Amino acid sequence: MLRNLTLTQALAAIKTGEINTAEITGDVLSSIEAQNPTLNVFLHVNRDAALQSEKMTSQPLAGLPIAFKDNICTKGLPTTAASTLLEKFIPPYDATVSRRLKTAGATIIGKTNLDAWAHGSSTETSQFGTTLNPRNPQHLPGGSSGGSAAAVAGNMCIASMGTETAGSIRQPAAWCGVVGLKPTYGRVSRSGLVAMASSTDSPGPITKTVADAALMLNYLAGHDPLDGTSSTQDVPDYTASLGCEIKGMKIGVLYLEMSELAHLKRFYEPVLKILADLGAEVEFTQALDPHYAISVYTVIQRAEVSSNLGRYDGIRYGQDRTYFGAEAKRRVMLGTYTLSKGYADQYYHQAQKVRTLFLDDYDRLFQKYDVLISPTSPGFAKKIGASEGSAMFGELEDMLLEPSSITGLPGISVPCYRDPDTNLFLGLNIMAPMWREDRVLQVGDAFEQATLWNSWRQHD
Amino acid sequence: MSTTAFSPLVVAHIAQLAHLELTEAETTQLGSAFAQTIDVIAKMAELDTSQVKPTHQVTGLTNVWRADEAQPNSSFTQAEALANAPLSHQGFFMVPQIIEQSE
Repeated sequence: MLRNLTLTQALAAIKTGEINTAEITGDVLSSIEAQNPTLNVFLHVNRDAALQSEKMTSQPLAGLPIAFKDNICTKGLPTTAASTLLEKFIPPYDATVSRRLKTAGATIIGKTNLDAWAHGSSTETSQFGTTLNPRNPQHLPGGSSGGSAAAVAGNMCIASMGTETAGSIRQPAAWCGVVGLKPTYGRVSRSGLVAMASSTDSPGPITKTVADAALMLNYLAGHDPLDGTSSTQDVPDYTASLGCEIKGMKIGVLYLEMSELAHLKRFYEPVLKILADLGAEVEFTQALDPHYAISVYTVIQRAEVSSNLGRYDGIRYGQDRTYFGAEAKRRVMLGTYTLSKGYADQYYHQAQKVRTLFLDDYDRLFQKYDVLISPTSPGFAKKIGASEGSAMFGELEDMLLEPSSITGLPGISVPCYRDPDTNLFLGLNIMAPMWREDRVLQVGDAFEQATLWNSWRQHD
Repeated sequence: MSTTAFSPLVVAHIAQLAHLELTEAETTQLGSAFAQTIDVIAKMAELDTSQVKPTHQVTGLTNVWRADEAQPNSSFTQAEALANAPLSHQGFFMVPQIIEQSE
């Protein structure tokens, strides 16, 4: 079916004239129509998508249907951040990532569900209901970009856009059995995102394959005058990292020897073997305890949230502050507390210093290793309802990603195991030094090509 | 095991600082949620940071400026700027009254 095509396959088929874009978009819309009433993946579907995509066939992305997380501003299409506070908000402008992908010829097929304000790792804090995991609807898709990961997993788009502050692209990608790329902080513009934690927010693609992620990043990366924190670093052609050997590459394995992850070891040992068989030098290594990163992330995220969500006064746009859900209130208030007089040293300033310790730790590790790998998440997708009653659900689920998020490093999650009984996946998280997305893509692609775990991979 | 207690009075004070209104039930729930979160955060106090400088910006950029000139291409018209406002009047945002009118 056309909806199953990867971005790379779809572009090739359109180029040869074998298929036209409108047919693909039409099939993706039928897929959404059939599944969305039960899975609750999209908060808004762009019914004009088929017509729009037809006009863009000659452009690089050929008008293909791309889903956007609903905290990314899209001109003329609702952008709610999954909160009733923004239920009636229609952005008068495009986020830079929306504009860039539209300019490259993407059609926005719809806006996907997330944890309200991207606060969470389950989509259970969405004020518009939880998204179900298309791989197994009794389980959560993860989050906060749960809708965008589910849209890819369920073939309800050809690729999607997510945002990550600490795990929000990679963790749902792992839980839904798809690829999620979190670029270096500053590599992709934050302009037009519903701001969460501005010192770590990073938009990035969620795709069916690593090759698709590389292609998407080519259109997303680069300096943006509208985001003062975006980098002027040169942007390479990321597709040049595909199909390369990883022979001789030094790979450090993190966290797998923690007692809390003992249950995962049997799934990841074959992964290490595959990388070693590809010629990489793979060895276990020690990093700073990721539990400290939970502390740092929690303090920094709550503090920046309390500041960023201060702008919602119900005067210029959106409804008033009584529309915030329980999770947003909890985070705003905790941030207000840890920033307040008498507590800022103990919490906020200490967190920023421990962040430095993590940066130093990665400097030390990357002197020895080209990339670092770890499980993406401490386990398979949890059951619906799992996040209820735990104020720290997301932080604990994202523990293995938080050290690299607070330090701004690029990372990718690639499917590395599928449970035959539950149809649920595990992800392999690959991290590299700042600005080295090329390296995470190279290793991710080599691993994907050597394994059977990617359900879209062509096996010949 | 909670080390920091959040009394209803403390929670209400934080809510006031954050411009949020809470119900009595929310005040109680939030008090225990904060204690749970602070317990997790407290772990970082174990690390000696007396000689460590804080990092606020991971890419090291400082003071990024642009010329102080109007940018018509990325500016809204008055109508666009007001399109999402719940209340407007003669081209302006309407804000709630905060000063009581004298009779």
